Amino acid sequence: MVAIIRARGDRSIRDYIDPERGTVSRELYVNPDIFEQEMEQIFQRCWLFLGHESQIPNPGDFIISRMGTEEVIVVRDRKDNQIRAFLNSCRHRGMKVVRYDQGNALIFTCPFHAWTYDTTGRLVGAGFQHSPEAYCGTLPKEQWGLAEVAQFKNFYGSLWATWDPKAPSFEEYLGPFTESLRHCLQASDGTDAGLDMFTPFQRHRLPTNWKVPGFTSVTDLTHTAMTHRSAAAARLHQDRGSKGGRDRARQATPFPMSKYAIGDHNLGHGGMCTLYHQNGVPEYEEEWYEAGVDDYFREATARKAELLADKIMAPHGWGGGHFAIFPSVMVDSWRLRWWQPHSVGVVERWTLSGVDKTAPKHVRDAVRHYSERFNGPVGFFESDDMENWNYVFPASQGARARKLDYYFANGKGLGKYNDRLPGVVFNGSYTEEAQRARFSRWLAFMEAASWDDLYPVNKAADHRIW
Amino acid sequence: MVETQNALEMVVLRHEVEQYLFKEARLLDERRLEEWLDLLAEDLHYWMPMRRNVKFGDWDLEFTSMDEEINWFDEGKDILAGRIRQLNTGVHWPEEPVSRFEHIISNVELVSVEGDEIRVNSKFFCYQNRLQDEVNQFVGRREDLLRRDPDTGFKLVFRKLILAQNVMLPKVLNTFL
Repeated sequence: MVAIIRARGDRSIRDYIDPERGTVSRELYVNPDIFEQEMEQIFQRCWLFLGHESQIPNPGDFIISRMGTEEVIVVRDRKDNQIRAFLNSCRHRGMKVVRYDQGNALIFTCPFHAWTYDTTGRLVGAGFQHSPEAYCGTLPKEQWGLAEVAQFKNFYGSLWATWDPKAPSFEEYLGPFTESLRHCLQASDGTDAGLDMFTPFQRHRLPTNWKVPGFTSVTDLTHTAMTHRSAAAARLHQDRGSKGGRDRARQATPFPMSKYAIGDHNLGHGGMCTLYHQNGVPEYEEEWYEAGVDDYFREATARKAELLADKIMAPHGWGGGHFAIFPSVMVDSWRLRWWQPHSVGVVERWTLSGVDKTAPKHVRDAVRHYSERFNGPVGFFESDDMENWNYVFPASQGARARKLDYYFANGKGLGKYNDRLPGVVFNGSYTEEAQRARFSRWLAFMEAASWDDLYPVNKAADHRIW
Repeated sequence: MVETQNALEMVVLRHEVEQYLFKEARLLDERRLEEWLDLLAEDLHYWMPMRRNVKFGDWDLEFTSMDEEINWFDEGKDILAGRIRQLNTGVHWPEEPVSRFEHIISNVELVSVEGDEIRVNSKFFCYQNRLQDEVNQFVGRREDLLRRDPDTGFKLVFRKLILAQNVMLPKVLNTFL
């Protein structure tokens, strides 16, 4: 076991969670030492989302992404067309090598001393490298390439990486959620890797701890009616277009399915989930504000129904719902939203929305405009979330407030395992099962000396604490 | 500038345009949002692109495309009307309690006059003060197309907002610029 940085007093980190009462100490959200430890124990080890291959279609294309508090260069090589990711920090003195958000590069030259890297991260030159008054040609360039991620995965177009060579494969990391993620990256007619993502990332800052949105919103149906009252009162659902299934009662024959909040305590993933009990797909039932969009999706859904005529659709979040990949990525059937920690009290929200590669212009525009008016700091819906997530932090941070606990016991003890997704706890849609699962996994990471202690590298590990 | 306009006409026009822009700012600050909405043309296009950090000279990449990419705003009067309905519910939490906004409009510059349509550039500084100590500043430029209107003097037909931000630093942008 590594030494956990003690927060205040002498309690071990486990003492900050009370599985019996179903509570988590606020200290875990407001303490800078805990934050530093999270960056080491969690963000250095987990598979993290970087972006989508459609953002860098051509050789030499690059984008800057983030892994926790650090920037990475995600670049498509000019020769082998492979995508790789590197820490955006020059090996010489640590300067940011790239300060552009995106572009196309032959090489990356650091603006400090001209250390120069190719699109595979190799150091190919440096200022004065051959000068008899400087390096005299002795710089061992082969040893000083950019720091590359330990493992990289292009999963149906979505790009993921981990710094930890001992991390399990991406599919093992996802476990029973592998097919759910694959499903969300399909076009609406069921074609694999079927999405084009709209560039660029939507990014904005929120002054709160990353776990407030990152762990709370994995499933939080009890917030909707109160937090989003204004959207309902202003009738923004009804006449502004809604992507996502809605009123099931309108279907002549309701498609047999069940909705849950689910949490995988060993892997930390979870969220909203629909289990389908019949082959095929439910009848198309969205209503888009923009003309002609429903026709496109209705036809695509019919093609998908043919594709899945003999197959049950993978479980995934439903309607506007989502499931979430540990530590901080929310996935919908058209969109990824994730949280990049900056400091104990600042997080940056990133969003990437997509649409079928083959969608006509009017459909692309409708989905794009929906994403613009739904997501982020100007979003109809999410702007209300931002206020609540924001003021949790200052109101939890004070000397008195931080000694209190958060209540996470909604539905505790009522969950059941289900053969459809082995190892995953199924619970009522309005429970906090997914949030509890996050903390089971969080604690495991915080206590683990290495991946050897963690499921699924350690197959026998049981991280469930409640 | 159209050559045949005489100087006095242009001074008067510039004054009228300024009065329109200042009134617009005042209505926003006085929370008279529905009256502000009346100043907008039915076919308004309200656009705020995102701004990328790009290599010197790659200026075509700096602003996100209106046709292809994600923008902060890219919408019409119908969507803005929905935003105002939401702001007027009294339960839109990032504006409850409401902010103290002060829109300052300056550097008004007539670009062209064609028939009843006037292109005008200006700058905005929007100060937001909220609760006890929540402060945000939105600073940037606008490229507007106004159309003469018998009732309101002008109506806003097109507005490009060039906000001096890359990552949106405030958690919410809940006013109009």
